[in-house]
Amino acid sequence: MARKIIPIGPYHPLQEEPEFFKLHVDGETVVDIDIEIGYNHRLIEKIAESKSFDQVTFLVERICGICSTSHPFAYVNAIDDLLGVTPPERALYIRTIIGELERIHSHLLWLGLAGHFLGYNTVWMWAWRYREPVLDIFERIAGNRQNYAMMKPGGARRDIFEEDFPWIKKTLKDLIPKVDMFKGAVMDDPVIHARTEGVGVLTKEDVHDYCLVGPTARASGVSIDVRKDDPYAAYDKVEWKVITHEGGDVYSKAVVRILELYESINIILQCLDKIPKGPIDSNIKDMPIGEGIGRHEAPRGEVIHYIMSDGGNSPARHKIRAPSYMNIASNKKAVIGETISDATIILAAVDPCYCCTERMAVVDYKTGKKLMDGEDLIKLSQQKTERLRNKLVR
Amino acid sequence: MKREAIIENIKVRSGKSLIEFTDKSKTRIYFTINKDILTQTVKYLFNDVKARFSTASGVDIRKAIEILYHFSIDEIGLIVTLRVILDKPDLEVDSLTPFMKCAEWIEMEMHEMLGVNFKGHPNLKHLLLKDDWPEGNYPLRRDI
Repeated sequence: MARKIIPIGPYHPLQEEPEFFKLHVDGETVVDIDIEIGYNHRLIEKIAESKSFDQVTFLVERICGICSTSHPFAYVNAIDDLLGVTPPERALYIRTIIGELERIHSHLLWLGLAGHFLGYNTVWMWAWRYREPVLDIFERIAGNRQNYAMMKPGGARRDIFEEDFPWIKKTLKDLIPKVDMFKGAVMDDPVIHARTEGVGVLTKEDVHDYCLVGPTARASGVSIDVRKDDPYAAYDKVEWKVITHEGGDVYSKAVVRILELYESINIILQCLDKIPKGPIDSNIKDMPIGEGIGRHEAPRGEVIHYIMSDGGNSPARHKIRAPSYMNIASNKKAVIGETISDATIILAAVDPCYCCTERMAVVDYKTGKKLMDGEDLIKLSQQKTERLRNKLVR
Repeated sequence: MKREAIIENIKVRSGKSLIEFTDKSKTRIYFTINKDILTQTVKYLFNDVKARFSTASGVDIRKAIEILYHFSIDEIGLIVTLRVILDKPDLEVDSLTPFMKCAEWIEMEMHEMLGVNFKGHPNLKHLLLKDDWPEGNYPLRRDI
Protein backbone atom coordinates (compact mmCIF):
# COMPACT_ATOMS: atom_id res chain seq x y z
CA MET A 1 0.00 0.00 0.00
CA ALA A 2 1.23 3.50 -0.78
CA ARG A 3 2.61 5.47 2.11
CA LYS A 4 0.65 8.56 2.95
CA ILE A 5 1.63 11.61 4.94
CA ILE A 6 -0.64 13.31 7.46
CA PRO A 7 0.47 16.86 8.21
CA ILE A 8 -0.66 18.09 11.63
CA GLY A 9 -0.26 21.71 12.62
CA PRO A 10 1.38 24.08 12.90
CA TYR A 11 -0.82 26.91 14.23
CA HIS A 12 -3.73 27.35 16.52
CA PRO A 13 -4.51 30.31 18.80
CA LEU A 14 -4.85 28.02 21.81
CA GLN A 15 -1.42 26.53 21.33
CA GLU A 16 1.45 27.99 23.26
CA GLU A 17 3.99 26.16 21.20
CA PRO A 18 3.11 25.70 17.52
CA GLU A 19 4.36 22.41 16.16
CA PHE A 20 4.10 20.60 12.90
CA PHE A 21 3.84 16.83 12.84
CA LYS A 22 4.02 14.84 9.62
CA LEU A 23 2.62 11.39 10.21
CA HIS A 24 3.75 8.82 7.65
CA VAL A 25 1.02 6.21 7.50
CA ASP A 26 0.74 2.86 5.86
CA GLY A 27 -2.95 2.05 5.81
CA GLU A 28 -4.08 2.67 9.37
CA THR A 29 -0.67 2.35 11.00
CA VAL A 30 1.73 5.18 11.72
CA VAL A 31 5.17 4.12 10.47
CA ASP A 32 7.16 7.29 10.97
CA ILE A 33 6.80 10.83 12.22
CA ASP A 34 8.63 14.06 11.38
CA ILE A 35 8.47 16.83 13.94
CA GLU A 36 9.13 20.41 12.96
CA ILE A 37 9.13 23.32 15.37
CA GLY A 38 10.02 26.98 15.19
CA TYR A 39 6.87 28.37 13.57
CA ASN A 40 6.43 30.99 16.21
CA HIS A 41 10.04 31.53 17.11
CA ARG A 42 10.40 35.02 18.61
CA LEU A 43 14.00 34.78 19.85
CA ILE A 44 12.93 35.91 23.30
CA GLU A 45 16.43 34.95 24.52
CA LYS A 46 17.84 37.77 22.39
CA ILE A 47 15.10 40.25 23.34
CA ALA A 48 15.91 39.55 27.01
CA GLU A 49 19.42 40.91 26.42
CA SER A 50 17.91 44.32 25.68
CA LYS A 51 15.60 44.47 28.73
CA SER A 52 16.46 45.25 32.33
CA PHE A 53 16.52 42.36 34.79
CA ASP A 54 13.16 43.45 36.20
CA GLN A 55 11.53 43.82 32.78
CA VAL A 56 12.63 40.32 31.78
CA THR A 57 10.21 38.93 34.38
CA PHE A 58 7.32 40.38 32.36
CA LEU A 59 8.87 39.35 29.06
CA VAL A 60 9.19 35.66 29.94
CA GLU A 61 5.66 35.67 31.31
CA ARG A 62 4.57 36.06 27.68
CA ILE A 63 6.27 32.84 26.54
CA CYS A 64 3.39 30.58 27.47
CA GLY A 65 -0.28 31.41 27.27
CA ILE A 66 -1.45 28.66 29.62
CA CYS A 67 1.21 28.19 32.28
CA SER A 68 2.23 31.84 32.20
CA THR A 69 3.89 31.91 35.63
CA SER A 70 6.20 28.95 34.94
CA HIS A 71 8.85 30.96 33.14
CA PRO A 72 8.91 33.96 35.52
CA PHE A 73 9.07 31.46 38.40
CA ALA A 74 12.15 29.74 36.94
CA TYR A 75 13.63 33.13 36.05
CA VAL A 76 13.33 34.58 39.57
CA ASN A 77 14.82 31.34 40.91
CA ALA A 78 17.77 31.85 38.54
CA ILE A 79 18.29 35.44 39.72
CA ASP A 80 18.04 34.35 43.37
CA ASP A 81 20.65 31.66 42.59
CA LEU A 82 22.92 34.18 40.88
CA LEU A 83 22.75 36.56 43.84
CA GLY A 84 22.64 33.85 46.49
CA VAL A 85 19.67 35.53 48.18
CA THR A 86 16.66 33.89 49.77
CA PRO A 87 13.52 36.00 49.45
CA PRO A 88 11.41 36.79 52.55
CA GLU A 89 9.36 33.82 53.71
CA ARG A 90 5.98 35.35 52.90
CA ALA A 91 7.12 35.84 49.28
CA LEU A 92 8.11 32.16 49.08
CA TYR A 93 4.61 31.10 50.13
CA ILE A 94 3.00 33.52 47.66
CA ARG A 95 5.12 32.08 44.84
CA THR A 96 4.12 28.55 45.83
CA ILE A 97 0.41 29.39 45.91
CA ILE A 98 0.55 30.97 42.45
CA GLY A 99 2.54 28.05 41.00
CA GLU A 100 0.08 25.47 42.31
CA LEU A 101 -3.07 27.39 41.30
CA GLU A 102 -1.63 27.41 37.83
CA ARG A 103 -1.04 23.67 37.88
CA ILE A 104 -4.70 23.09 38.78
CA HIS A 105 -6.11 25.13 35.91
CA SER A 106 -3.57 23.80 33.41
CA HIS A 107 -4.29 20.14 34.28
CA LEU A 108 -8.05 20.78 34.08
CA LEU A 109 -7.57 22.35 30.67
CA TRP A 110 -5.65 19.27 29.47
CA LEU A 111 -8.28 16.94 30.90
CA GLY A 112 -10.98 18.77 28.95
CA LEU A 113 -9.05 18.55 25.69
CA ALA A 114 -8.22 14.87 26.21
CA GLY A 115 -11.94 14.24 26.82
CA HIS A 116 -12.82 16.04 23.60
CA PHE A 117 -10.30 14.04 21.55
CA LEU A 118 -11.76 10.80 22.89
CA GLY A 119 -15.35 11.82 22.20
CA TYR A 120 -16.26 12.70 25.78
CA ASN A 121 -17.48 16.20 25.20
CA THR A 122 -19.21 16.31 28.57
CA VAL A 123 -15.82 15.88 30.26
CA TRP A 124 -14.55 18.73 28.11
CA MET A 125 -17.38 21.10 29.09
CA TRP A 126 -17.26 20.18 32.77
CA ALA A 127 -13.47 20.33 33.10
CA TRP A 128 -13.45 23.82 31.65
CA ARG A 129 -16.47 24.79 33.71
CA TYR A 130 -14.67 23.81 36.95
CA ARG A 131 -11.50 25.52 35.80
CA GLU A 132 -13.35 28.85 35.96
CA PRO A 133 -13.35 29.20 39.79
CA VAL A 134 -9.54 28.80 39.74
CA LEU A 135 -9.27 31.65 37.26
CA ASP A 136 -11.61 33.65 39.52
CA ILE A 137 -9.10 33.18 42.34
CA PHE A 138 -6.38 34.55 40.08
CA GLU A 139 -8.56 37.50 39.19
CA ARG A 140 -9.13 38.26 42.87
CA ILE A 141 -5.40 37.96 43.71
CA ALA A 142 -3.73 39.52 40.68
CA GLY A 143 -6.51 41.30 38.78
CA ASN A 144 -5.90 39.05 35.81
CA ARG A 145 -7.08 35.60 34.79
CA GLN A 146 -3.79 35.00 32.97
CA ASN A 147 -0.37 36.71 33.09
CA TYR A 148 -0.62 37.37 36.80
CA ALA A 149 2.70 39.23 37.16
CA MET A 150 3.17 37.97 40.71
CA MET A 151 6.86 37.07 40.45
CA LYS A 152 9.68 39.49 41.17
CA PRO A 153 13.41 38.82 41.50
CA GLY A 154 14.09 38.60 45.22
CA GLY A 155 10.44 38.45 46.26
CA ALA A 156 6.85 38.71 45.11
CA ARG A 157 5.34 41.56 43.11
CA ARG A 158 2.27 41.96 45.32
CA ASP A 159 0.69 40.49 48.40
CA ILE A 160 -2.29 38.18 48.84
CA PHE A 161 -4.73 39.78 51.27
CA GLU A 162 -5.69 37.92 54.45
CA GLU A 163 -9.38 38.80 54.02
CA ASP A 164 -9.45 36.78 50.78
CA PHE A 165 -8.10 33.60 52.42
CA PRO A 166 -11.48 32.17 53.58
CA TRP A 167 -13.01 32.63 50.12
CA ILE A 168 -9.98 31.08 48.36
CA LYS A 169 -10.05 28.11 50.74
CA LYS A 170 -13.78 27.59 50.23
CA THR A 171 -13.45 27.78 46.43
CA LEU A 172 -10.66 25.19 46.47
CA LYS A 173 -12.48 22.87 48.87
CA ASP A 174 -15.55 23.05 46.61
CA LEU A 175 -13.34 21.85 43.78
CA ILE A 176 -12.43 18.56 45.52
CA PRO A 177 -15.79 16.77 44.86
CA LYS A 178 -15.49 17.84 41.20
CA VAL A 179 -12.03 16.27 40.98
CA ASP A 180 -13.49 13.13 42.62
CA MET A 181 -16.03 13.06 39.81
CA PHE A 182 -13.33 13.29 37.10
CA LYS A 183 -11.27 10.66 38.88
CA GLY A 184 -14.28 8.33 38.82
CA ALA A 185 -15.00 9.17 35.20
CA VAL A 186 -11.48 8.24 34.10
CA MET A 187 -10.63 5.38 36.45
CA ASP A 188 -13.95 3.52 36.38
CA ASP A 189 -14.97 3.93 32.75
CA PRO A 190 -14.27 0.76 30.75
CA VAL A 191 -14.31 2.62 27.44
CA ILE A 192 -11.66 5.12 28.53
CA HIS A 193 -9.59 2.17 29.78
CA ALA A 194 -9.92 0.49 26.40
CA ARG A 195 -8.97 3.65 24.52
CA THR A 196 -6.01 4.68 26.63
CA GLU A 197 -4.49 1.65 28.35
CA GLY A 198 -1.43 0.28 26.60
CA VAL A 199 -1.60 3.12 24.05
CA GLY A 200 1.54 5.18 23.34
CA VAL A 201 3.65 3.44 25.96
CA LEU A 202 6.92 5.03 27.11
CA THR A 203 9.19 2.89 29.26
CA LYS A 204 11.60 3.97 32.00
CA GLU A 205 14.45 3.57 29.49
CA ASP A 206 12.66 5.92 27.07
CA VAL A 207 12.35 8.48 29.87
CA HIS A 208 16.13 8.37 30.35
CA ASP A 209 16.95 8.26 26.62
CA TYR A 210 14.71 11.19 25.70
CA CYS A 211 15.34 12.99 29.04
CA LEU A 212 11.62 13.37 29.61
CA VAL A 213 10.24 15.54 32.40
CA GLY A 214 7.08 16.21 34.37
CA PRO A 215 3.92 14.07 34.26
CA THR A 216 5.20 12.39 31.08
CA ALA A 217 8.13 10.93 33.06
CA ARG A 218 6.14 10.31 36.24
CA ALA A 219 3.51 8.32 34.32
CA SER A 220 6.31 5.88 33.42
CA GLY A 221 7.14 5.34 37.07
CA VAL A 222 10.11 7.72 37.21
CA SER A 223 9.75 9.77 40.35
CA ILE A 224 11.28 13.08 39.31
CA ASP A 225 9.90 16.42 40.40
CA VAL A 226 12.00 19.55 40.83
CA ARG A 227 9.76 20.66 43.69
CA LYS A 228 10.91 17.61 45.70
CA ASP A 229 14.40 17.01 44.27
CA ASP A 230 15.74 20.55 44.40
CA PRO A 231 13.26 22.32 46.71
CA TYR A 232 12.61 26.01 46.21
CA ALA A 233 9.94 28.48 47.35
CA ALA A 234 7.89 26.85 50.15
CA TYR A 235 7.69 23.34 48.71
CA ASP A 236 9.86 21.90 51.48
CA LYS A 237 7.73 23.58 54.15
CA VAL A 238 4.49 21.76 53.34
CA GLU A 239 3.52 18.07 53.25
CA TRP A 240 2.84 16.56 49.84
CA LYS A 241 3.85 13.61 47.72
CA VAL A 242 5.09 13.05 44.17
CA ILE A 243 2.49 11.18 42.11
CA THR A 244 3.75 8.37 39.90
CA HIS A 245 2.09 5.60 37.90
CA GLU A 246 3.73 2.58 36.31
CA GLY A 247 1.94 2.11 32.97
CA GLY A 248 3.71 4.70 30.78
CA ASP A 249 0.61 4.87 28.56
CA VAL A 250 -1.96 7.61 27.93
CA TYR A 251 -4.10 6.29 30.80
CA SER A 252 -1.22 6.66 33.30
CA LYS A 253 -0.61 10.22 32.17
CA ALA A 254 -4.26 11.07 32.80
CA VAL A 255 -4.18 9.42 36.23
CA VAL A 256 -1.00 11.26 37.25
CA ARG A 257 -2.48 14.61 36.28
CA ILE A 258 -5.79 14.00 38.05
CA LEU A 259 -4.10 12.85 41.26
CA GLU A 260 -1.77 15.86 41.10
CA LEU A 261 -4.85 18.09 41.33
CA TYR A 262 -5.44 16.81 44.88
CA GLU A 263 -1.81 17.46 45.82
CA SER A 264 -1.92 21.01 44.45
CA ILE A 265 -5.13 21.83 46.34
CA ASN A 266 -3.55 20.33 49.44
CA ILE A 267 -0.36 22.41 49.03
CA ILE A 268 -2.30 25.68 48.61
CA LEU A 269 -4.52 25.01 51.64
CA GLN A 270 -1.45 24.32 53.79
CA CYS A 271 0.29 27.44 52.47
CA LEU A 272 -2.72 29.60 53.32
CA ASP A 273 -2.64 28.20 56.89
CA LYS A 274 1.11 28.54 57.36
CA ILE A 275 1.93 31.79 55.51
CA PRO A 276 3.75 34.13 57.92
CA LYS A 277 3.25 37.88 58.09
CA GLY A 278 6.07 40.15 57.00
CA PRO A 279 7.75 41.80 54.01
CA ILE A 280 7.44 40.30 50.53
CA ASP A 281 10.47 41.79 48.81
CA SER A 282 14.21 41.79 49.49
CA ASN A 283 14.71 44.93 47.35
CA ILE A 284 17.58 43.90 45.09
CA LYS A 285 19.61 46.93 44.04
CA ASP A 286 22.61 45.78 42.00
CA MET A 287 23.34 42.78 39.87
CA PRO A 288 26.91 41.50 40.23
CA ILE A 289 28.89 39.60 37.59
CA GLY A 290 27.96 35.95 37.73
CA GLU A 291 25.70 33.19 36.54
CA GLY A 292 22.65 31.44 37.90
CA ILE A 293 20.43 28.50 37.06
CA GLY A 294 16.79 28.47 38.09
CA ARG A 295 14.25 25.68 37.80
CA HIS A 296 10.54 25.30 38.33
CA GLU A 297 8.31 22.28 38.00
CA ALA A 298 5.72 23.65 35.58
CA PRO A 299 2.49 21.71 34.91
CA ARG A 300 4.27 20.02 31.99
CA GLY A 301 7.62 19.44 33.69
CA GLU A 302 10.91 21.12 34.48
CA VAL A 303 11.44 24.65 33.14
CA ILE A 304 15.09 25.70 33.31
CA HIS A 305 16.56 29.19 32.92
CA TYR A 306 20.25 30.05 32.76
CA ILE A 307 21.29 33.67 33.35
CA MET A 308 24.71 35.16 32.76
CA SER A 309 25.30 38.69 34.08
CA ASP A 310 28.23 40.91 33.17
CA GLY A 311 27.40 43.41 35.89
CA GLY A 312 25.25 45.52 33.59
CA ASN A 313 21.56 46.29 33.70
CA SER A 314 20.49 43.45 31.40
CA PRO A 315 21.34 39.75 31.16
CA ALA A 316 24.43 39.05 29.04
CA ARG A 317 22.85 35.72 28.13
CA HIS A 318 19.50 34.22 28.98
CA LYS A 319 18.88 30.60 28.04
CA ILE A 320 15.35 29.27 28.35
CA ARG A 321 14.21 25.68 28.03
CA ALA A 322 10.55 24.72 28.26
CA PRO A 323 9.48 21.17 29.19
CA SER A 324 7.75 20.42 25.87
CA TYR A 325 11.13 20.88 24.14
CA MET A 326 12.12 17.53 25.65
CA ASN A 327 8.69 15.86 25.80
CA ILE A 328 7.56 16.42 22.20
CA ALA A 329 10.53 14.48 20.83
CA SER A 330 9.24 11.39 22.63
CA ASN A 331 6.28 11.29 20.24
CA LYS A 332 8.73 9.68 17.84
CA LYS A 333 8.79 6.67 20.11
CA ALA A 334 5.20 6.72 21.36
CA VAL A 335 3.24 7.12 18.16
CA ILE A 336 5.06 4.77 15.75
CA GLY A 337 3.22 1.49 15.30
CA GLU A 338 -0.06 2.89 16.59
CA THR A 339 -3.15 3.66 14.49
CA ILE A 340 -4.20 7.05 13.12
CA SER A 341 -7.25 7.11 15.37
CA ASP A 342 -4.97 6.85 18.42
CA ALA A 343 -2.42 9.39 17.16
CA THR A 344 -4.49 12.37 18.32
CA ILE A 345 -4.61 11.28 21.94
CA ILE A 346 -0.98 10.09 22.01
CA LEU A 347 0.33 13.38 20.68
CA ALA A 348 -1.93 15.17 23.15
CA ALA A 349 -0.84 12.98 26.07
CA VAL A 350 2.42 14.85 26.66
CA ASP A 351 0.25 17.99 26.98
CA PRO A 352 2.16 20.14 24.50
CA CYS A 353 -0.83 22.52 24.57
CA TYR A 354 -1.60 20.59 21.48
CA CYS A 355 -4.84 22.05 20.23
CA CYS A 356 -4.15 22.48 16.56
CA THR A 357 -6.09 19.43 15.52
CA GLU A 358 -8.54 21.24 13.29
CA ARG A 359 -5.59 21.98 11.07
CA MET A 360 -4.75 18.32 10.64
CA ALA A 361 -5.22 16.89 7.18
CA VAL A 362 -4.69 13.48 5.61
CA VAL A 363 -3.18 13.98 2.19
CA ASP A 364 -2.56 11.33 -0.43
CA TYR A 365 1.19 11.44 -0.86
CA LYS A 366 1.08 10.69 -4.58
CA THR A 367 -1.79 12.87 -5.79
CA GLY A 368 -1.59 15.57 -3.10
CA LYS A 369 -5.34 15.31 -2.73
CA LYS A 370 -6.77 16.05 0.67
CA LEU A 371 -8.52 13.00 2.06
CA MET A 372 -9.37 14.12 5.57
CA ASP A 373 -9.06 17.27 7.61
CA GLY A 374 -8.71 17.86 11.34
CA GLU A 375 -12.40 17.52 12.10
CA ASP A 376 -12.49 14.17 10.33
CA LEU A 377 -9.54 12.98 12.40
CA ILE A 378 -11.16 13.96 15.67
CA LYS A 379 -14.34 12.28 14.41
CA LEU A 380 -12.30 9.16 13.65
CA SER A 381 -11.02 9.12 17.21
CA GLN A 382 -14.51 9.73 18.59
CA GLN A 383 -16.03 7.02 16.40
CA LYS A 384 -13.52 4.50 17.74
CA THR A 385 -14.65 5.33 21.28
CA GLU A 386 -18.28 4.93 20.19
CA ARG A 387 -17.54 1.52 18.65
CA LEU A 388 -15.82 0.35 21.82
CA ARG A 389 -18.66 1.67 23.92
CA ASN A 390 -21.26 -0.21 21.87
CA LYS A 391 -19.19 -3.38 22.01
CA LEU A 392 -18.92 -3.15 25.78
CA VAL A 393 -22.64 -2.43 26.22
CA ARG A 394 -23.50 -5.48 24.19
CA MET B 1 25.68 8.52 43.91
CA LYS B 2 26.86 11.16 46.34
CA ARG B 3 27.77 14.69 45.36
CA GLU B 4 31.40 14.38 46.53
CA ALA B 5 31.90 11.09 44.69
CA ILE B 6 30.68 12.63 41.43
CA ILE B 7 32.97 15.65 41.80
CA GLU B 8 35.94 13.40 42.63
CA ASN B 9 35.22 11.04 39.72
CA ILE B 10 34.98 13.86 37.17
CA LYS B 11 38.19 15.41 38.53
CA VAL B 12 40.13 12.16 38.36
CA ARG B 13 38.82 11.22 34.91
CA SER B 14 39.54 14.67 33.51
CA GLY B 15 43.13 14.88 34.73
CA LYS B 16 44.93 17.76 33.11
CA SER B 17 42.00 18.51 30.81
CA LEU B 18 40.07 20.00 33.73
CA ILE B 19 40.57 23.74 33.45
CA GLU B 20 38.46 24.97 36.35
CA PHE B 21 36.05 23.70 38.97
CA THR B 22 33.53 26.02 40.66
CA ASP B 23 31.55 24.87 43.66
CA LYS B 24 28.91 27.58 43.48
CA SER B 25 26.41 26.17 45.96
CA LYS B 26 25.06 22.95 47.41
CA THR B 27 23.04 22.24 44.27
CA ARG B 28 25.07 23.94 41.51
CA ILE B 29 28.55 22.91 40.37
CA TYR B 30 30.46 23.96 37.25
CA PHE B 31 33.36 22.23 35.48
CA THR B 32 35.29 23.96 32.72
CA ILE B 33 36.86 21.20 30.63
CA ASN B 34 38.89 20.82 27.47
CA LYS B 35 36.67 19.90 24.52
CA ASP B 36 38.71 16.72 23.89
CA ILE B 37 37.25 15.02 26.96
CA LEU B 38 33.67 16.27 26.52
CA THR B 39 32.34 12.99 25.12
CA GLN B 40 33.89 10.78 27.80
CA THR B 41 32.72 13.08 30.61
CA VAL B 42 29.17 13.24 29.24
CA LYS B 43 29.15 9.44 28.78
CA TYR B 44 30.16 9.09 32.42
CA LEU B 45 27.36 11.42 33.57
CA PHE B 46 24.65 10.13 31.25
CA ASN B 47 25.40 6.38 31.22
CA ASP B 48 27.07 5.71 34.57
CA VAL B 49 25.56 8.30 36.90
CA LYS B 50 22.24 8.18 34.95
CA ALA B 51 22.05 11.97 35.01
CA ARG B 52 19.28 13.68 33.03
CA PHE B 53 20.43 16.05 30.30
CA SER B 54 18.51 19.26 30.93
CA THR B 55 19.75 21.51 28.15
CA ALA B 56 22.81 23.33 26.84
CA SER B 57 23.41 27.08 26.71
CA GLY B 58 25.59 28.52 23.98
CA VAL B 59 27.09 31.92 24.83
CA ASP B 60 29.06 34.22 22.56
CA ILE B 61 31.76 35.79 24.75
CA ARG B 62 33.21 37.65 21.73
CA LYS B 63 36.65 35.94 21.51
CA ALA B 64 35.15 32.50 21.92
CA ILE B 65 31.91 30.63 22.21
CA GLU B 66 31.12 28.89 25.46
CA ILE B 67 28.83 25.91 25.57
CA LEU B 68 27.40 24.95 28.93
CA TYR B 69 25.90 21.48 29.16
CA HIS B 70 23.51 21.27 32.13
CA PHE B 71 22.95 17.85 33.67
CA SER B 72 20.46 17.23 36.44
CA ILE B 73 21.06 14.47 38.96
CA ASP B 74 17.56 14.30 40.35
CA GLU B 75 18.15 11.95 43.31
CA ILE B 76 20.31 14.58 44.98
CA GLY B 77 18.86 17.69 43.29
CA LEU B 78 22.23 18.63 41.82
CA ILE B 79 22.89 20.47 38.55
CA VAL B 80 26.30 19.64 37.06
CA THR B 81 27.31 22.11 34.34
CA LEU B 82 30.12 21.24 31.94
CA ARG B 83 31.58 24.30 30.26
CA VAL B 84 33.50 23.95 27.01
CA ILE B 85 35.23 26.98 25.47
CA LEU B 86 35.58 27.03 21.69
CA ASP B 87 38.00 29.69 20.44
CA LYS B 88 36.95 31.53 17.28
CA PRO B 89 37.15 30.74 14.43
CA ASP B 90 37.57 27.01 15.19
CA LEU B 91 33.99 26.40 16.27
CA GLU B 92 33.81 22.66 16.24
CA VAL B 93 33.02 20.14 18.94
CA ASP B 94 31.95 16.49 19.03
CA SER B 95 28.22 15.88 18.80
CA LEU B 96 26.59 14.10 21.73
CA THR B 97 23.54 13.03 19.71
CA PRO B 98 24.95 9.63 18.57
CA PHE B 99 24.70 8.30 22.14
CA MET B 100 22.26 10.82 23.64
CA LYS B 101 19.13 11.37 21.51
CA CYS B 102 17.85 14.20 23.65
CA ALA B 103 20.77 16.42 22.54
CA GLU B 104 19.60 16.39 18.91
CA TRP B 105 17.43 19.52 18.95
CA ILE B 106 19.60 21.69 21.18
CA GLU B 107 22.66 20.99 19.02
CA MET B 108 20.69 21.92 15.91
CA GLU B 109 19.60 25.10 17.67
CA MET B 110 23.13 26.08 18.70
CA HIS B 111 24.34 25.28 15.20
CA GLU B 112 21.94 27.74 13.57
CA MET B 113 22.01 30.40 16.30
CA LEU B 114 25.77 30.51 16.94
CA GLY B 115 27.37 28.69 14.01
CA VAL B 116 28.93 25.87 16.01
CA ASN B 117 29.64 22.70 14.04
CA PHE B 118 28.75 19.52 15.90
CA LYS B 119 30.95 16.77 14.48
CA GLY B 120 29.03 13.53 13.95
CA HIS B 121 25.50 14.99 14.29
CA PRO B 122 23.21 12.94 12.04
CA ASN B 123 20.83 15.73 11.04
CA LEU B 124 22.42 19.17 11.31
CA LYS B 125 19.75 21.27 9.55
CA HIS B 126 17.64 24.22 10.70
CA LEU B 127 15.41 23.66 13.71
CA LEU B 128 13.86 27.03 14.51
CA LEU B 129 14.92 29.28 11.64
CA LYS B 130 13.41 28.90 8.21
CA ASP B 131 15.18 26.70 5.68
CA ASP B 132 16.23 29.58 3.40
CA TRP B 133 17.82 31.59 6.23
CA PRO B 134 20.95 33.33 4.82
CA GLU B 135 24.07 31.32 5.32
CA GLY B 136 26.65 32.59 7.81
CA ASN B 137 24.11 34.77 9.60
CA TYR B 138 23.89 33.75 13.25
CA PRO B 139 21.28 35.58 15.38
CA LEU B 140 22.94 35.04 18.76
CA ARG B 141 26.44 36.07 17.67
CA ARG B 142 27.75 39.35 19.03
CA ASP B 143 30.15 40.15 16.21
CA ILE B 144 27.58 40.98 13.53
